[in-house]
Amino acid sequence: MMNSKITKIRWGFFLFFMPVFLWLFLLFVLPHLELLRLSFLGTGYYGKSGFTLGNYAAFFKEPAYWLTFVRTAGYSIIITLIVLIIALPMAFYITKVVGFKARGLLMLLVIVPFWVSVLIRVYGWMIILRESGIINQILVGMGLLKTPIEMLYNDVSLIIGLVHTNLLFMLVPIIGVMDSLDNSLIEAASNLGAKKLAIWWKIIIPHCITGIMSGSIIVFMLVTGSYITPALMGGKNSLWFTQQIYNQFIIAFNWNQGAAFGFLLLLISSIIVGLSLKITGQKLGEVVK
Amino acid sequence: MIRTLPNTKAYTIGFSAFAVFYFIFLFAPLVIVCILAFNDSMFPSLPWYGFTLDWFFSKGPKKVGVFHDPMNLKAIFTSIRVALGVSLLSTVVGTCAAFLFDQEEFRFKKFFYLLMIAPMVVPGVILGISILSFANTLGMFLEHNIGIDLRILSPGLLLVMFGQSTFITTFVALVVIARLKKFDRSLEEAAYNLGANRFQVIWFITLRYLKPSIIGGAVVAFLLSFENFNTTLFLIGSKPTLPIALFAQIRDGGSPVVNAVSFLLIMGMSIFALANLYFSHKAEKQ
Repeated sequence: MMNSKITKIRWGFFLFFMPVFLWLFLLFVLPHLELLRLSFLGTGYYGKSGFTLGNYAAFFKEPAYWLTFVRTAGYSIIITLIVLIIALPMAFYITKVVGFKARGLLMLLVIVPFWVSVLIRVYGWMIILRESGIINQILVGMGLLKTPIEMLYNDVSLIIGLVHTNLLFMLVPIIGVMDSLDNSLIEAASNLGAKKLAIWWKIIIPHCITGIMSGSIIVFMLVTGSYITPALMGGKNSLWFTQQIYNQFIIAFNWNQGAAFGFLLLLISSIIVGLSLKITGQKLGEVVK
Repeated sequence: MIRTLPNTKAYTIGFSAFAVFYFIFLFAPLVIVCILAFNDSMFPSLPWYGFTLDWFFSKGPKKVGVFHDPMNLKAIFTSIRVALGVSLLSTVVGTCAAFLFDQEEFRFKKFFYLLMIAPMVVPGVILGISILSFANTLGMFLEHNIGIDLRILSPGLLLVMFGQSTFITTFVALVVIARLKKFDRSLEEAAYNLGANRFQVIWFITLRYLKPSIIGGAVVAFLLSFENFNTTLFLIGSKPTLPIALFAQIRDGGSPVVNAVSFLLIMGMSIFALANLYFSHKAEKQ
């Protein structure tokens, strides 16, 4: 009697376990192992040239490769900081400054644009910024400019696009923790004569640090891994690292080199995420939630 | 500083102005894309030549609206097909994952949980190239050694479906797990005591309770699939999905038809998002 019940429960377990196992191993673990294997294979005929570190060596030897990498990482950090600087006061405005009724509406207004595809939002920025775009037409029409200037395809437009597409992923985690900040702490500090800047540094930011960290990690990952925005809004001569991967895979058809680039991208993301988790003493599982 | 403290006028006005600029920044590109879908001009830009619905309904020959543009229409239907497939696959597997991690105990559970989260964290581009490489190697292996040629393994819509499901399943699983955590397990025990077996309990009790979150997860999966670009880019064959088709048009400068498609998408997404918000709100109240 007891035995049969146990086997029944185990059957239930396998019913749930098998699809999940197939999903994770066939679509995630094995593909990544295959990618790792490819990245260590020579670029000659398929599978014939054996183990080599050449693909990784090529990355360090060719400045065009590692400069793109450094540029991507550097700009991702700058963009994450800009997003943080914009999201902090906005989160504060929504949670602490406006009334409860306005709050629900503001939350809705903040979230809805992010349901719209990145592609469309980037297209909007292109229409606004390009040489025949809205801003140029307004400026020329007002007589402030004689001839239109190209405002798209440079690093500033790249930053505008990436900041716009990632704001929400910083805002939501910060709002989550700022909500739990007791207003009386701010009131007490203010009554005791603390300046606004001091309140921000000593009370608000320390309280929100977990939200700030998880927001920063998500934004950083999304920015380094983005493809659409750099491809459509960035300069023609300055690639994003994901574009290097695309070029190797689809244009040069050098999958081994592309695989090595893929792992380098994965490596830098993991290292930066791991470091920021270490610094704040959080766990991945908690941050993801 | 906060609403319970006395604030100077300049502070309040300054903060509100910041919020206004924030929303202008957020909405400007969307509003402009929508407005220019109705401009009677051959280019998606100002000046304003008057209101027209040509970019939706015109049959040509000069202007071809969305509803008569075979390329964009085909891409929309391809995307819907892919999104339905992904939605089905990831909802079934995601719900299994939710049961597995919430109700079962097994060795290496923590490890598997982290492994389940990982597809959501790995950049979409890398998911794309890894699945492309694996499918290609597997396909070559099967062809050389066994002599069968599996269509699934060459780039195309099926591979896109599997590729997208890789990370979308995680989203569904997390949505369902969140609701399963609030489930009162004494309901299951009561059913067991009344003589139900495990499958009856799951079917009649637990799944009934989970229905709102499973539907919510399926909707989220549909939307995520519909707008996915990074993973799809590497797995697509000859039939483009809508984001792939739009990307090519936008890279070449766009056209008012792209604005019209975008307008339809923005309207569709807003309705979806509002409905989703409404139902999740309702589900929380229950």
